[in-house]
Amino acid sequence: MLEVEDLHASANGREILKGVDLAVKAGEVHAIMGPNGSGKSTLAHVIAGRPGYEVTRGRVLYKGQDLLAMTPEARAREGVFLAFQYPVEIPGVSNVYFLKAALNAIRKHRGQSELDAMDFLSLVKEKAKLVDIDESLVKRPVNEGFSGGEKKRNEIFQMAILDPQLAVLDETDSGLDIDALRIVAGGVNQLRTPERAIVLVTHYQRLLDYIVPDVVHVLLDGRIVKSGDKELARELEARGYEWLEAPAAP
Amino acid sequence: MSSDSITAQDIAQREYRAGFVTDIESESVPAGLSEDVIRLISAKKGEPEWLLEWRLKAYRHWLTMKEPTWANVHHPPIDYQSIVYYSAPKQKKDGPKSLAEVDPKLLETYEKLGVPLHERAKLAGVAVDAVFDSVSVATTFREKLEEVGVIFCSFSEAVQKHPELVRKWLGSVVPYTDNFFATLNSAVFTDGSFCYVPKGVRCPMELSTYFRINAANTGQFERTLIIAEEGAYVSYLEGCTAPIRDENQLHAAVVELIALDHGQIKYSTVQNWYPGDKEGRGGIYNFVTKRGKCLGRASKISWTQVETGSAITWKYPSCILQGDDSVGEFYSVALANNYQQADTGTKMIHIGKNTRSTIISKGISAGHGQNTYRGLVRIGKAADDSRNYSQCDSLLLGDLCGAHTFPYIEVLNSTAQMEHEASTSKIGEDQLFYFQQRGIAPEDAVSMIVNGFCKEVFKELPMEFAVEAQKLLGVSLEGSVG
Repeated sequence: MLEVEDLHASANGREILKGVDLAVKAGEVHAIMGPNGSGKSTLAHVIAGRPGYEVTRGRVLYKGQDLLAMTPEARAREGVFLAFQYPVEIPGVSNVYFLKAALNAIRKHRGQSELDAMDFLSLVKEKAKLVDIDESLVKRPVNEGFSGGEKKRNEIFQMAILDPQLAVLDETDSGLDIDALRIVAGGVNQLRTPERAIVLVTHYQRLLDYIVPDVVHVLLDGRIVKSGDKELARELEARGYEWLEAPAAP
Repeated sequence: MSSDSITAQDIAQREYRAGFVTDIESESVPAGLSEDVIRLISAKKGEPEWLLEWRLKAYRHWLTMKEPTWANVHHPPIDYQSIVYYSAPKQKKDGPKSLAEVDPKLLETYEKLGVPLHERAKLAGVAVDAVFDSVSVATTFREKLEEVGVIFCSFSEAVQKHPELVRKWLGSVVPYTDNFFATLNSAVFTDGSFCYVPKGVRCPMELSTYFRINAANTGQFERTLIIAEEGAYVSYLEGCTAPIRDENQLHAAVVELIALDHGQIKYSTVQNWYPGDKEGRGGIYNFVTKRGKCLGRASKISWTQVETGSAITWKYPSCILQGDDSVGEFYSVALANNYQQADTGTKMIHIGKNTRSTIISKGISAGHGQNTYRGLVRIGKAADDSRNYSQCDSLLLGDLCGAHTFPYIEVLNSTAQMEHEASTSKIGEDQLFYFQQRGIAPEDAVSMIVNGFCKEVFKELPMEFAVEAQKLLGVSLEGSVG
């Protein structure tokens, strides 16, 4: 599904990713862990195509296509979803209207007919339950006045509606209390299907108690220095990142 | 954005869809302004002596005036002697008596603009007065309106057929001495719409005037007068377009509204004069005086405007709230893209007791556009328990545009309640990326954000035009992202 090869990327002339290799197959959940500034969010942003990053070397293939050559909206329509760490507020545009436009853009790209208002609303009702999101939030302007937890829930809600093939969750656990974390994780687990690949970018092992990953990677100073199974996450929790900090030259 | 000059031109052409010229023989007076030109215009229209005298008084007064400089707009000096003050499509006879006699080229022009003049066409529920350069070429649904006593015709015709009404109300809201551009208009106005709704009548359909400037180097100076008698109601809409030309053209209109006891006038504008090209060449100078007087008790005047066109917009649709319990409203969306400049707002003059006014202004700036809200709320000494609510929001697209707000408030009565809210926001790259990440193209994202921003104003527009206005705004913003 996703193949990242020797990816180098910089922002404002400073190199942040220094040769990332990563391969994620359909049905897998990968966790990317690492301390602040290690390049986790940059990796998520480069995959989604956020402006402001320059890829200097390497490539990213998604379903065999050159992802980096595509516009951000084309990537989204092809099934790439990013759950933002800091979702922006969009005053004046209701969540429902926004999501309907997004879903129909994606459906159109897939050659499907656009959903009408009735079908869309029943889809909203169904998916709102998944993350236990209040329907009044669905009608409000996108993220406007939402609490931190509501914003994160809204991201997962959007993911459920848009039904992506590759979902990258950027620090979706940050700022959540334990109950909200449980709800968000429950939502993600329900979206775990054999067709879908999920990449969890996270700081803490905590989230991985609820969403158990198939593979855990440690990102340090722009490179993946260690990969393992879920036990690696526990080891990191116990020992921190220091013991990995001076990777031996390959 | 990179493009050579030819494609840039193409884009500008594509974006302004009303930019074509109608090839029609016209009859014009020579360029320039003098008493002779005014006499000539008046004679062409076969006007009564009192109206010519009124025009000449205005002209003589105008000669003593100076062009105002207080607005936040910049343009090279206007040469008033190079403007053609009267231009009309040539007609075989005195003028068309019915739609069947109107030149097919004119009908085609309005058809192309999306304003078919056939009464059974798309705008079946709307009566249209079509003003082409200096004259009205057609007014639809007149018989149907006459059945209920509503007079809706061109201004020139009103002068001929209802001189007593015109004489009574002309200049009663905007006197000929009012301001430089209104005074100029009073001297040279050529046509416009006239509407009179008698006592107790609710006008059964939307009325509208579609203004079109076609001829080159010609100014359009129209005058609109609407009177709602006791308990009458009318909703009126005007639309405006002009061809793409490299020279600036002047449009200096005057609109006067009068509402008597319990009378209501809802006046909506969708202004899409040619805005000039991407480099700021050409476009209409739109210097307009619009004012309504709530003369009667519990009368109401409501202005809604969507201003997307013109190189320069200078207009302040205002309400004089003279009758006790009268209500004034102003809802505005003004867009300044490329090198457009808009200085617009309103004046709410509270004179009567318990008068109320609402101002909702939404300014959108993009490209190098400069958008200014300028408004005055004045609560007079006798205006006990009056209230005003003002909200002025600005939305910026990009780093080169500007938004300015000048709210003036004068309160002479301590029982007044005033509220003023203002906000400025910018469509950020992070917002656009959020849309893109969900599969929505940036152009669509901008139009969704802008439409959301303007929602409160659009809902005030008559249904038939709200959709048009939304589309227009989308077109006007094309190419402002990227």
